[in-house]
Formats: sequence, structure tokens, C-alpha cells
Amino acid sequence: MIRFEQVSVTYDGAPAPALRDADFTLPEGELTLLVGPSGVGKSTLLGAVSGLVPHFTGGTLRGRVTVAGRDTRTHRPRELADIVGTVGQDPLAHFVTDVVEDELAYGMESLGLAPAVMRRRVEETLDLLGLNELRDRPIATLSGGQQQRVAIGSVLTPHPKVLVLDEPTSALDPAAAEEVLAVLQRLVHDLGTTVLMAEHRLERVVQYADQVLLLPAPGAPPLLGPPARMMEISPVHPPVVALGRLAGWSPLPLSIRDARRHSPTLQTRLSPPSAPPPPSASPAFEARGSGGEAPSFGKGRGGESRPQGPGLLARLLGRTNTAQPPAAPAPPAGPTPPAAPANPTAPAAPTAPAAHVTNLSVRRARAEVLHGITLTVTPGETVALMGRNGAGKSTLLSTLVGTVPPTTGQVTVCGRTPHRTPPPDMIRHVGLVPQDPRDLLYADTVGAECAAADSDAGRPAGTCRALVTALLPDVPDDTHPRDLSEGQRLALALALVLTGRPGLLLLDEPTRGLDYAAKARLIEILRGLAADGHAIVLATHDVELAAELAHRVLILAGGEIVADGPTAEVVVSSPAFAPQVAKILAPGHWLTVAQVAEALEDTP
Amino acid sequence: MTPGPEDRPGGAGPAERTAAAAGRPTRASSRTDGHPARPAVGRATRGPADGLATPAGPGSASAGNAPRRPAYEKHTAPEARRGNALHAGAWWLWALGLATAASRTTNPLLLGLIVGVAGYVVAARRTDAPWARSYGAFIKLGLVVIGLRLVFSALLGSPVPGAHTVLTLPELPLPDWAQGIRLGGRVSAEQLVFAFYDGAKLASLLICVGAANALANPARLLKSLPAALYEAGVAVIVAMTFAPNMVADVMRLRTARRLRGRPTGGVKAILQIGLPVLEGALERSVAVAASMDARGYGRTARVPAAVRHTTNALTLGGLLGMCAGTYGLLAAEGAAYGLPVLGIGLALALAGLRLGGRRSIRTRYRPDRWGARAWLVSGSGAAVAALMIYAGTVDPEALLPGVVPLVVPGLPLWPAAAILIGLLPAFVAPVPPKEASQ
Repeated sequence: MIRFEQVSVTYDGAPAPALRDADFTLPEGELTLLVGPSGVGKSTLLGAVSGLVPHFTGGTLRGRVTVAGRDTRTHRPRELADIVGTVGQDPLAHFVTDVVEDELAYGMESLGLAPAVMRRRVEETLDLLGLNELRDRPIATLSGGQQQRVAIGSVLTPHPKVLVLDEPTSALDPAAAEEVLAVLQRLVHDLGTTVLMAEHRLERVVQYADQVLLLPAPGAPPLLGPPARMMEISPVHPPVVALGRLAGWSPLPLSIRDARRHSPTLQTRLSPPSAPPPPSASPAFEARGSGGEAPSFGKGRGGESRPQGPGLLARLLGRTNTAQPPAAPAPPAGPTPPAAPANPTAPAAPTAPAAHVTNLSVRRARAEVLHGITLTVTPGETVALMGRNGAGKSTLLSTLVGTVPPTTGQVTVCGRTPHRTPPPDMIRHVGLVPQDPRDLLYADTVGAECAAADSDAGRPAGTCRALVTALLPDVPDDTHPRDLSEGQRLALALALVLTGRPGLLLLDEPTRGLDYAAKARLIEILRGLAADGHAIVLATHDVELAAELAHRVLILAGGEIVADGPTAEVVVSSPAFAPQVAKILAPGHWLTVAQVAEALEDTP
Repeated sequence: MTPGPEDRPGGAGPAERTAAAAGRPTRASSRTDGHPARPAVGRATRGPADGLATPAGPGSASAGNAPRRPAYEKHTAPEARRGNALHAGAWWLWALGLATAASRTTNPLLLGLIVGVAGYVVAARRTDAPWARSYGAFIKLGLVVIGLRLVFSALLGSPVPGAHTVLTLPELPLPDWAQGIRLGGRVSAEQLVFAFYDGAKLASLLICVGAANALANPARLLKSLPAALYEAGVAVIVAMTFAPNMVADVMRLRTARRLRGRPTGGVKAILQIGLPVLEGALERSVAVAASMDARGYGRTARVPAAVRHTTNALTLGGLLGMCAGTYGLLAAEGAAYGLPVLGIGLALALAGLRLGGRRSIRTRYRPDRWGARAWLVSGSGAAVAALMIYAGTVDPEALLPGVVPLVVPGLPLWPAAAILIGLLPAFVAPVPPKEASQ
């Protein structure tokens, strides 16, 4: 169906090809997953299928790409529109019209299908994707998952033979992602559609793949093979694969179900009947005890320069705590010692909370976005906010940073009321890294950004640059922020926010678009900050991140807190928010591969 | 009537309803007339108690066991849905009719009536869509126009002679070469009233346009363009969806400035935000262009060279003809040939557009249909316009009340009645659903 023959793509002005020696054939009716670290040319490969590379993006394509027998050299993207449906990373950038029903019909109108056919297919697609109640809604009012489904529906209506998707579930909460994946699977199974999909969150998709197309490193030719074999050599892999590799399972399990068949042996190795693991301690710290080194998780990218991490950061930021009147006690080994199950979140020493929220409600017009939120975050604590899209996570972060005033209730951050404190004062106490870190970047070089951050925060010149150097060792001053990769941009934004040495650090969806290596670095950095006494609140859909990092998980639904407790207790009991390792080793209390690895070392 | 293609089951209520309220025997109307009057419509007058089957009306002996409901109910406006939506062009014709009527009079009572009619229809039939909220902005704009007209009249004087001096502004002496221009000086009541009438006329025009803007979905209107103009329509639609996105970008970036500890207002903030906003807009437009390309935008059918050349010749010739015709009409000596040439030019250009449409292979998904309700709505506007133009020839005094001497303008009865025809859309146009915004 899709055939690449010795394809190389070189963009204008680029020193090396973005994609080299791609030579493979994807058979019809299979779901192929495109896997690889950031920047290896995944988007280029996807674009080459739809003809957007090189017709739209420019650059030189050597070799030949044929889709259903049509050569993309002689067929422009619009002439492939009846064969290939493409959905990009951002569904909003995909929409041409403003109403769901029109959007579904748009592609068919362009192809000139008969009105009766269009009408029937729109109705079928509305049913297939469960969009019927939304048919008259303006697209801008839909949630992320709904928008993603509309985007998929809009390319399905012309009945393409090939569907190309670039990270269809990255921006979605676990439930919405399941929804989208179920639709894709149905397309493959029932309609015989060929699907080619790139995705960073492999834990969500790898078990659905029939084939995996692996781009191991920049400039390396792609490899095609069955998922289990590809995962054995892939530098990026989900926790289930990491666990399988660790335990030496063969064949490598890809789904929770497969892994659970192997798990009894591991369970017995892990927990001799006499000594069950302590259930209430939040085990994320036990892994930290071993020098913060995650043995296998996300360390695949060979030669990846490790962040100089906690050490340097601690030195850079260490003064914060002493400068701050209610000094947080420097936590010696772990920020929160494993506490009694009755009140596991309270730190041992009575300290002033980093943030205190009482009975908070926020209204937008008539909608109550948040209702009756009461919450305390102590220094050194990492809290993960989870919940579906639109549950109020971002709004809660905004009230903590003061950009959204509370309608009723009290918010106190480091003794101040955020929305009444002038911004220059506020950034020394609380910092927020927004969902899109680009929002924080105005200048055209990294150096200028750093200088601006220093003067904004009133810190001596060079403070921010030192932080950037710690987080991004090899980025020169004159780089344009837009030329950085997603992970680097996030690190830069983090450095800018940290320049003010805020006691409370907020992150909104930090792992969106990050590959496993970048995520592992982020985890190291945040652990270092937490160890330093920073309180961290992160809103995330990424259950694996929460499992690695958070001491405590709050689940929001409809603007209310529905669960609040230590990570291990909250996530293990939830089918949607449990990380893979917890699902595999249930009823054990392991959350991450790192913990399992350490436990295995202890019990040889 | 434009029966919707998909009939939903009629509301539960109408089936049990008796003919009592109608007061006369009615035939059980078909349930499939496509206009199920739902309780939300609220306009259907009905019996006080639906459950009470009291055959009280005179001669209601035929009220049997068959499900019945009043005959007029099938004529009440249905709830608006995609299938029965009123053609956007009908709203514009209606509003332009009202605007034409407004342009024919300076009588403040008639103008007020026109504004009232437009306002009532908007209140009765507008949706919660973003464009529908623009009506208030148009009213404010109208008030600003009246205010400006008054201020300029007071400052610059007016050729209207007046006996009643309201106030005297200090006059600015101007050099000789600026003779005929006056700044400040005496302000008379007549001149202010004249300016007010004039401003009110302009404001009414604006408000009529605002009404059309609030009632007609602009995207649907553009969808009704001829195929050859489709590209232009798409450009406008994309631009319309872009504007709100850019506003959202500005809001987000302003908030983000606060996160960097900078003030969110001021010129500096706008300058700093401006570049990222433009960059974002550019990136998004490139992404939309890629998406449109990948979805088949711009696919064309092969047309024979002869057709292509004919299209070019027709369009070019038509435009030239229209230019020449307009010139003929406006120039002193060409009035005789002006009109025919203009007509021929127009016909050629239209033929060119139609032929040009052959290149496009596009089809239209559920285009708005021009049904009986659209005829009624646009017809009511046209009727108002025609009657006012006629009234202007019969009784110009009433439509253009004098200001010298100052008199209280009277309300000419039958032009006022004519304007009330413009209320028809408030009864025949489909009712937008209440929960549209949820």
C-alpha cells in the first residue's frame, strides 16, 4: 500500500538529510506505529506519505514514494486526497470550517462527491466516531479529545485507504486517548484502512500495532518489523517493555495482559512471602535513594548527556531556602519521609505551607470551573494534578499563580494572595511553566531571554544563564528559542521561571511532545528541585510521569477534588490513572521500573 | 414551507391536543409536515389545559378520537435546524429592504419604527453564535454616528438657517483664504435638529446592516457564492476563524507576561506580544494551508482550452462593458447607451462566472435551500422598501419633515403600517434552539 524505495529527504539549507535510505513496504490494512526519539525524521516520513513533503515543505526527495500505486512525485497532495487522510499534531490547525458537520463534509466537497453520498457518509462517520450530539457545535467549543475525533472523522469521510496520524493522543487524557485508539482499531479491523501513526506515548499504543517502523537515530535508516522484535532494540519503549527487558521475559510483552502472564515469577522474586513491601510509603523515593539514577527507564538514548542535575541546581538554588523567611528545612535524603498512613502527605517538620487553598471556587460566566477546592502543598512536596481534559487542572494552576482571581475562597502562596500581588513580586514566590513553553519566550536569542529574565526577577546578571547551562549544557547563547526542540524549549522556560527562585513551581502538561529521553531528564531536574525544598505542582495526563515523580496525586473531576492521597494509593486503585508497572504487578505496590529494578538488586 | 428532510417525532404534546383552542373544527394535520411545534417555541397559542379534551368550540362535533391539533400549528415557525435553516441571503435581502426604506426618510418616528422592527426581529430570532452578539456593537456605532454628526454640525456650522439660538460657541477667526469655512459660532436649534435627523438616518442604515449581520450566518452566506468565487469565500472563512484564534493568542500571551513578572498592559506589552502573535498566526496559516492541500483543496477538473478562453473573454468583456456602461450613465452625454451597455456587460460577466465554475469540481454539502419561508422573509423586506419608495413619491412632506420652521414631525399612518410588514420574519423564520450555546 505504502512503498518507500531508497527515499532520502533533505530540506533546503540543512547539512544532513532529515530522512535517509528509507526502503520498506507497508502492507494494506495494517496499523503501523512509527517509533523513534525526537528529531529523527518521523514527521518528515509521515509528510512524505501524504505528499506534503516535498510539495508543500520544500526540500529534495530522492528515491520514490508510492501510495496505492500513485507516485508522490507526480501527484500533488491534493491529488492524493482521496487515498491518504492526514491528521497533524494540532487538530485546531487542521480545521477549515467552523462547525463539526461542515468540517466532516469539507474533504468530500473538495473531491466533488455527490450530495447524497456526502450526506450518507457524514451520518455514518458521526455514528462511527460518536459525534452525533456534537454535529451542530462550533469546533472551537469542543474538548481536545472531541476535536481529535472530529479531525480524524474529517479525513475519514472521503474513505481514504491510508490514514496518517502524527501524535494523535499526546494532548489527550487517558480516557480520551482510549476513545481515539478504539476508533483507529475499528477502522483497521472493520474497514481495512491502512494506518501509519507516530506517537511518543508508546504505553498507550504499542499493543495495538501490527508492525513497528523504527527510526533508531537521526540519519539511520528505518527498520520495519513485528512490534515485539522492534521493541527489543528500540531506544524508546514503554514501561511494560522496560520491565520485560529487565525481567528477561521472552517474547517481550507489549500489553499489560501479556505481561501479567509472566508476572507471577517476578512477583515471587520481588516479594518473598515473609516481607511484603510497605504499602503506604510512596515508593518513588526509594528509587531516589539510589542516587536518582533510573536504571533502565528512558535511558535508551546512548550517549545522552545526563543533566548535571541536582548537584549544580542545588548549589544554584540552594540559597533560596535560606533567603526565604519561612525556611524550608533542607530535606536530608528524601523530601518527604515515608509518613504514617493516616496522614501521609504531611511532612515531618511543621513548616509554612508553600501554597494553601481554602474552599476555592472559580466561575467563568455561569460555569463553575472549580468548586470547593481545599488544598495544602508543603515545601519539598510534588503533587500531580490529574483528571480529564477540562476538569479544571489548568484553572487551578492559574489561580495559584494569580492570573485567575478566585470567585470565592482563599488562595495563599508563600503568605501572599497571588492575584493581588504585583507580578514582579509574585515571580519570586511562584512560577508557572505553561502548556506551551513558547508563550514565555519573546526574545530572539537564548542569551537575550536570560538577560531579560534576570532583570525581570531582579537577580544579578548571569543567574539565569547559569541555570540554562545546568539544564541545557550545550545550547549556545545565540540560538533562537524557536530552533530548540520541544524538550529544550521546556528546559529553557523552566530556567526562566526558576530565575525568580520561586518556592512553588507549577507545570502544566510538561511532557506533551517529549520523548522518553527528554522526559527522563525532566524527571531528574524536577526531583532535584523537590529535594531542594521546592514545592512542585504538575498538571498532567501522563500517568507514568506522575508515578515517577509525584508524592501525592490529586484527581479532579468537574472542578472538584475526587481523590487526594499518596501516589501509590491513588493511582493503583484507578484503572485509568494506574501506570503500567502497577497494573502488571498488582496487587503489589510498585509504580515504576526503577523501583522494581532496585527491589531486584536488594533481593538477589 | 420548507419541510426538513429529517423529521423528528413531533412533540408529545400536540398529539393529544384538542381543537378546542382553535375554536373551529380542524382536520388532523399530518405528523410529517416537518414543523413539529415544540413547547420551546412558545408562540403557538394553545388551550389552557392540554389534558382537558373539552369539545367546546362551536361545531366541534367532528372532534373524534383521531389525534388532532390546530391547523395553524403547522404554519408556526419550526425550530431551526440544519435542514430547515433560513437562507442567509434572505436575511440580507430583508435587512437591505429595511435599509432602503430608512434611506428614504428622515422622519425620526419612522426611523425609530424601522430600528424597532429590526431590533424585535433580531431579539426573536438571533442565535447565540459569536456573530449574533455584534448587534449591540452596531447600535453603539449608530449612536456614535448621531453624536458625531451633532458635534460636527455645532462646530462647523450648517447651511440650515435658524432663528432659535441654543448656544454660541467662541468663533475661531480664520484667514481670508479660508472663507466659507467657519469654526465655532452660533448654534441654532434648527441646525441641530437637522443634523440629528440626518445622523439618525445613517444610524438606522447601520443598524439594519447590523441586524442582517446578527441573523445570517456569514459562513453559510459565503457557501452560497457561485463556484467560480469559491476561493475568495474560503479565504474569508479562514480569516474569520483566524480572528478569534488571534484574540485568544493575545489573551494567552498577555497572561504569560505576568508569569515573567512583567505588567500585562501598556504599549510595551503590546509591542512585545505582537511579534509572537504574528508568528503564531503565520504558523497556523501555513498549517491550515497544508491541511487544505492534503484534503483536496484546489483540485480542478480539466476543461477544454476553448472553454477556458471563452471564460476569459466573457469575464474581461463583461467587466469592460460594465465600466463603460457606468461611465455612460454618469457622464452627461452618454445616458442613452449607458444602461444597455451596463446590462450587456453584467450579462457577459455573469456568463463568464458561470462558465468559470466548470473548472471547479466541488460539490456542496447541504446547501441552504431557498424555500417559502425565505421568500416570505426577503419579500417582507422588499415590500417595506417598495412601499416606502412609493410613499416618498406620494407624500414627500411626511417622510422628510422640515426643520425651518421647527415642527413636531407627524407619524404618517400608512407608511408606518408598511414598515410593520418588516416584522413578518419574527413569525415565519425558524426559531433558533434555546440550548444552542451550551
